[in-house]
Amino acid sequence: MALAQLKMDTTAARLADVEIPQGAAWGNAARADAMARVRQMGLSTKRDEYWKYTDPASLTVADAPAAAVFQSDEAPLFDAVDRVKIVFVDGVFDADASDDLSAEGVEIERLADAMATDIHWAKDIYGVLEKRGQIPVERPLAALNTALATDGVVIRVTGKASKPINFVYLHRDETSDAILHNVVKVEAGASLTLLESGPAAARFSKLLEVDVADGGIFNHVRVQGRDHERRAITHCFARIAAESTFKSFTLTFNGVLTRNECILEIVGDDAVAHVAGACLGDGRDFHHDDTVFVTHDAVNCESRQVFKKVLRNGATGVFQGKILVKEGAQKTDGYQISQSLLLDDDSQFLAKPELEIYADDVACSHGSTSGAIDETALFYLRSRGVPMIEARNLLTLSFIAEALDEIEDTDLADELRDRLEGWLSRHS
Amino acid sequence: MLEIKGLKVKLEEEDKQILKGVDLTIEPGTVHAIMGPNGSGKSTLSYVLSGKDGYEVTDGSAALEGEDLLDMEPEERAAAGLFLAFQYPVEIPGVGNMTFLRTAVNAQRKARGQEELSAGDFLKEVREKAKSLKIDAEMLKRPVNVGFSGGEKKRNEILQMAMLEPKMCILDETDSGLDVDAMKLVSEGVNALRSEGRSFLVITHYQRLLDHIKPDVVHIMADGRIIKSGGPELALEVENNGYADILAEVA
Ligand SMILES: Nc1ncnc2c1ncn2[C@@H]1O[C@H](COP(=O)(O)OP(=O)(O)OP(=O)(O)O)[C@@H](O)[C@H]1O
Ligand SMILES: [Mg+2]
Repeated sequence: MALAQLKMDTTAARLADVEIPQGAAWGNAARADAMARVRQMGLSTKRDEYWKYTDPASLTVADAPAAAVFQSDEAPLFDAVDRVKIVFVDGVFDADASDDLSAEGVEIERLADAMATDIHWAKDIYGVLEKRGQIPVERPLAALNTALATDGVVIRVTGKASKPINFVYLHRDETSDAILHNVVKVEAGASLTLLESGPAAARFSKLLEVDVADGGIFNHVRVQGRDHERRAITHCFARIAAESTFKSFTLTFNGVLTRNECILEIVGDDAVAHVAGACLGDGRDFHHDDTVFVTHDAVNCESRQVFKKVLRNGATGVFQGKILVKEGAQKTDGYQISQSLLLDDDSQFLAKPELEIYADDVACSHGSTSGAIDETALFYLRSRGVPMIEARNLLTLSFIAEALDEIEDTDLADELRDRLEGWLSRHS
Repeated sequence: MLEIKGLKVKLEEEDKQILKGVDLTIEPGTVHAIMGPNGSGKSTLSYVLSGKDGYEVTDGSAALEGEDLLDMEPEERAAAGLFLAFQYPVEIPGVGNMTFLRTAVNAQRKARGQEELSAGDFLKEVREKAKSLKIDAEMLKRPVNVGFSGGEKKRNEILQMAMLEPKMCILDETDSGLDVDAMKLVSEGVNALRSEGRSFLVITHYQRLLDHIKPDVVHIMADGRIIKSGGPELALEVENNGYADILAEVA
């Protein structure tokens, strides 16, 4: 079958029984616009270049495959953090479980309320950053999210947020198919830390649009939960203005399929954009994909991509990362590293690092490696009395350390390190 | 303390015999030195004793205080009291020197049924011992051996030894790469550890180290065997005349 036909069929099947949620004001138009993009692009298939390493079929079928709910015996994440907790259960906002949607320095509203307000700041971001991010690479699943998102919140950060905001995504229903869309606007000089945690749903489509104005600071720490059968397609589209900072870190445990796309556009001079992630997967039914696209369109900016994957028992990891330096984006400092630690011969890491540079005064580097545990180091540790498993876990943690170092807040980094240690001790 | 009998070792991957029957008995509280030409099998002996992969013992035995070493995992040998200061200490990026030391000390204590050292006690002990070896706090914070100079790595080996307090210490060319002052520091570190219940096997090419760490017995190893043993004067003979005479004598 021709690719175009296959995409049309895939799209038709997905949309057959779909209705665009109707609200009022500008929301309807934004959704209709996005749906037109979906139809025009056609949904992704395994034969698309950008989906070469990850089969999107289970993300595009009409009926989400079920996923057993995992009973974790760990304490919920970020419990000790003084935060604004915003809870979604299988993709539906839960007011009772959530804190008051307020904190100093931020304005928080539910997406539906924002969409129903005639004149609203979110109108200039919702679906707008997503649309910008469709060039040069099409991301139809992101447009589908914009069209169909059933819930979400919009956050305007007007000053230094007094505490982090935590989206908590709970998964209770084996067949849930959740589509969430969140929007964050960091005003000039304002700052926010956004935390996200939890497995969310059997199938989860989540999109985050972040607009960081001049001198703004946005820190993002996310942990994707331990449910083994869950699937997720997430997108983060960010526009990063002059002298601002954007830092995002994602830790992923388990999951039959996770694709995290991060599309960053640096539009103002002297800005900093870091995106990092670590994932731990055990078994053939683990597939994790980080797809990153960083565009430099300003002078003297720094971007970093740091991705580490620990894979065992036939797990698969994918990294597709690109740095695009546009004409005139001089003094760009771009760095990209993707590495996998393969704990056995069955596991695999597929990487496609790319640089595309149209400016002459830039320093960009990228590297990708795949390797086993360093046997010499392992013996050294054991010769000092450290038992085999402990030694291996220590080396595994050290492998991940560079990514974990990207987390700005050391308490958060420590909490994540504890979770990592927990995972490693359960899987050794 | 250590009793090696007729130890024969070949490489696992190739048909290459490296140790061709090593006999060596080290009494508690004594210091033995091994000298010998490059490639004679000195490091191999130390690796086989500490349990490194890649070697196959085809014959013979090695026991630490009567316990069969060759049957144990490397970490069990360490817990039993064996320590090897590596000829080439290993760099471990991402693992802090402190974390490494503490993990090692506590793992050994645990294996021996002792309580783990508290963070405070541990820190105090490391600081003290590091100071006497002129290892500064900055070095302790860095990843294990990463960016350490050759001499710093060797001093770090001795620090580990001092922290772990093993019974049987094997030092593989700990003197190589050390300047004169560092050699003195390291020797003092070793001498401070000398006691009735602790033995040393010092592998070296040079008499100089043995000026500081006085051996009770000196062995000459050649082509996978100990071909001659004697007192400290044997080391002097090597220093002055090389190995030619000794090799000729046994041939
Ligand atoms: N893993 C290995 N693979 C191949 N050859 C090996 C291996 N280990 C040891 N050998 C060989 O075994 C012999 C003994 O090596 P060993 O390192 O034990 O010598 P040594 O006495 O310590 O020498 P030096 O004084 O140079 O340190 C050498 O010929 C060496 O090349
Ligand atoms: Mg050697």
